[in-house]
Amino acid sequence: MWVYEKKLQYPVKVCNKNVQMAKFLITQYGGPDGELSAALRYLNQRYTMPTGKAKALLTDIGTEELAHLEIIATMVYQLLKDATLDELKEAGLGGHYAQHDRALFYTDSNGVPWTAAYIQGMGDPITDLHEDMAAEQKARTTYEHLINLSDDPGVKDSLRFLREREVVHFQRFGEALVDIYDYVDRKKFY
Amino acid sequence: MHELMTRESLMKAIQELQFAAVDLGLFLDNYPRHQKALADYNMYTQQLIQLRRAYEVKFGPLTHFGYAPSQYPWQWVCGPWPWEI
Repeated sequence: MWVYEKKLQYPVKVCNKNVQMAKFLITQYGGPDGELSAALRYLNQRYTMPTGKAKALLTDIGTEELAHLEIIATMVYQLLKDATLDELKEAGLGGHYAQHDRALFYTDSNGVPWTAAYIQGMGDPITDLHEDMAAEQKARTTYEHLINLSDDPGVKDSLRFLREREVVHFQRFGEALVDIYDYVDRKKFY
Repeated sequence: MHELMTRESLMKAIQELQFAAVDLGLFLDNYPRHQKALADYNMYTQQLIQLRRAYEVKFGPLTHFGYAPSQYPWQWVCGPWPWEI
């Protein structure tokens, strides 16, 4: 089971309302390389990992991604909170308002809703860990694009933290992959 | 010393300690026999338990589902929620 902790993993300090930035950021909420995709991908793949170490790693990184989802949600919520209808329309969020008002929704920056087609579970731990490493790199690149798009020091600070976690997760998945290769080899020649 | 801390500074200290615990935990998933990492994990976890308790006494529960008691009335419904701070 999971237990909610009433706190953010990393503080969010949004300096100014910025509807345009909310539209960009939402892709890390419900886009292909976003935190929802990451969390659901890892928490689903863990069932078919062959070692305790890999099961633990996917459980823990998947759980951390849920915390990152909340950080992104907090930023989007605060950036959108007091937006006027004109500001929403001007930023290209008129369609979002029609369907969701100022509610959050799992879409990418262009309003395309989240789909399970963004993720895989192949049942082959080597294949799955390669996907996970690629996913971390895609998320890192997305965060770099978002940092480039932002001029809010508070938003940039939280995004830098999230970017750094992608780098660490990539490293941990890489170590797990090497360990799984060893495990598979041991089984073959035992 | 915990009594002097504001909500914000206490929360920041918790976030820092928990970050260390999370990051060491991921490392230990791959290297469960790494004694130095394990000792660090246990040290930060001890400090985190104390700070969490100090925070919850002053500002209400961080978790429920049986992990932390509540004063009357049920404190879980009280804000601010993390996205409102």
